[in-house]
Amino acid sequence: MSELRELYQSVILDHNRRPRNFGVPEGANRHAEGKNPLCGDHLSVHVRLEDGVIEDVGFEGQGCAISKASASLMTEALKGRSAADAEKIYQAFHDLVTSDPRSEPRAEGLGKLAVFGGVREFPMRVKCATLCWHTLRSALADGGEVSTE
Amino acid sequence: MSYDVAAVRKDFPILGREVHGKPLAFLDSAASAQKPRAVVEAMSDLYLRHYANVHRGVYQLSLEATEMLEAVRDRVAAFLGAADRREIVFVRNATEALNLLAYSYGRHHLEAGDEVLVTHMEHHSNFVPWQVLCEERGARLRVAPIDDRGVLILEEFEKLLSPRTKIAAFAHVSNVLGTVNPVRELSRLCRERGVPTVIDGAQAVPHQRVDVGAIGCDFYTFSGHKLFGPTGVGVLWGRAELLEEMPPFLTGGSMIESVTIQGTTFAGIPQRFEAGTPDVGCIVGLGAAIDYVEGLGLDAIAAYERDLLTYAEAQLATVPGLRTLGTASHKAAVISLVMDDVHPHDLGTILDREGVAVRTGHHCAQPLMDRFGVPATARASLALYNDESDVDALVRALHVAREVFAG
Repeated sequence: MSELRELYQSVILDHNRRPRNFGVPEGANRHAEGKNPLCGDHLSVHVRLEDGVIEDVGFEGQGCAISKASASLMTEALKGRSAADAEKIYQAFHDLVTSDPRSEPRAEGLGKLAVFGGVREFPMRVKCATLCWHTLRSALADGGEVSTE
Repeated sequence: MSYDVAAVRKDFPILGREVHGKPLAFLDSAASAQKPRAVVEAMSDLYLRHYANVHRGVYQLSLEATEMLEAVRDRVAAFLGAADRREIVFVRNATEALNLLAYSYGRHHLEAGDEVLVTHMEHHSNFVPWQVLCEERGARLRVAPIDDRGVLILEEFEKLLSPRTKIAAFAHVSNVLGTVNPVRELSRLCRERGVPTVIDGAQAVPHQRVDVGAIGCDFYTFSGHKLFGPTGVGVLWGRAELLEEMPPFLTGGSMIESVTIQGTTFAGIPQRFEAGTPDVGCIVGLGAAIDYVEGLGLDAIAAYERDLLTYAEAQLATVPGLRTLGTASHKAAVISLVMDDVHPHDLGTILDREGVAVRTGHHCAQPLMDRFGVPATARASLALYNDESDVDALVRALHVAREVFAG
């Protein structure tokens, strides 16, 4: 039960129930689709990018609590940040959720996103937490569709 | 004599292990079943004492391995009630059997404007090969609808059978809903109109007696691994007169009569459809699996699972916010669960931590998920080795899930 509580922290449950920035932001000029064909998760990320800065970002779609909460918290973390910052945060996030669960979790610079540290214990769920990030990166690059398996 | 599930469980050593410190409750046999010791031992006996390539050597070992393989063909023929052992073709799994039919029978018989009829509850393996075939031939895939209980609407199925229908393909038992289709009735409707029938029996053979003669179908397919046998072997049964007319699927060794630089003539059935060295070990394992289920008795297994399903349905009804997809009156022990406010993947993870193994996702049946407006379900499937303690563990774990999500 303790590992489950670690995974499903109240912040995650809250963002699952009431996802923030759900929808397409006004003036969005970048977008990409993300799919996990194995589990049927599907989300789209929409960004208003101006001069290399993520002025606004939102998402739509359906998925499990981890993928929804991850997308919701990602949008909160990225508003007003540069695309270069987003890439750095993604790297730190990815390192956190894929790190060895026996090691000390490193969440510097992740802020609220540190709640996803519990995902380390559940390797099958890493792709749920990272789907929105892969989709975001695709939107910032050239758009299109990403698929995680 | 009553069914001794405790004795059955002892035949499956894996059921004695723990997962995350909890006793394993394995409820995913519809994806792939666990193996009794007898299956593993039969395979190891072949490899350790009798192995050589089959149908080739003149030496003793090859003879022994060939006899062991061909004995399984007889075994499968009897298991399915087939009239002729030559009607049993060994393939890798039901998916390969269905692809073989789409490729060989389908491409041989389908022309532009023709139709293939399937149902809305098909597994992708009995859907995609026909869809691809239809696209390729300019033919039309028709999909017979189901009602809200997950029951095929017979009148609609019948209406969709047209003079252009060249193949009708349907599941014996739905892998998501557990619905047992009225395969005799469906086969009769098709036969009256001269439409050949293909039945995906993957979810049926582990749970009930199957007699292809009594069903009156033309083709029947299943996978060994869902029948407590090894992965890597499946069966295609087809009526001899249809198989004999069909061109080969894979070509190469073992399936020829004679080869010259000018051309090749093909072997008769079933060898024509068994190109290359077969998976002898798996086939022998399948034979042991059939011996195992027949030793318990398919009717006894079916009766036991019926009672266990009734118990499970009653227990699951006590869990708040839980509903079941698929409520046909005639259904196998497959229970697709949807819990309010808890996504099936989250449910799957929480259940796993409680030692309960279920399948989550779309179950290779996306058109069916769309029909019910859900992206996925958590599916608990019962088999001959499950007991009330497995059901109780599932119910306990579902309560844990509610608790976790209550925050």
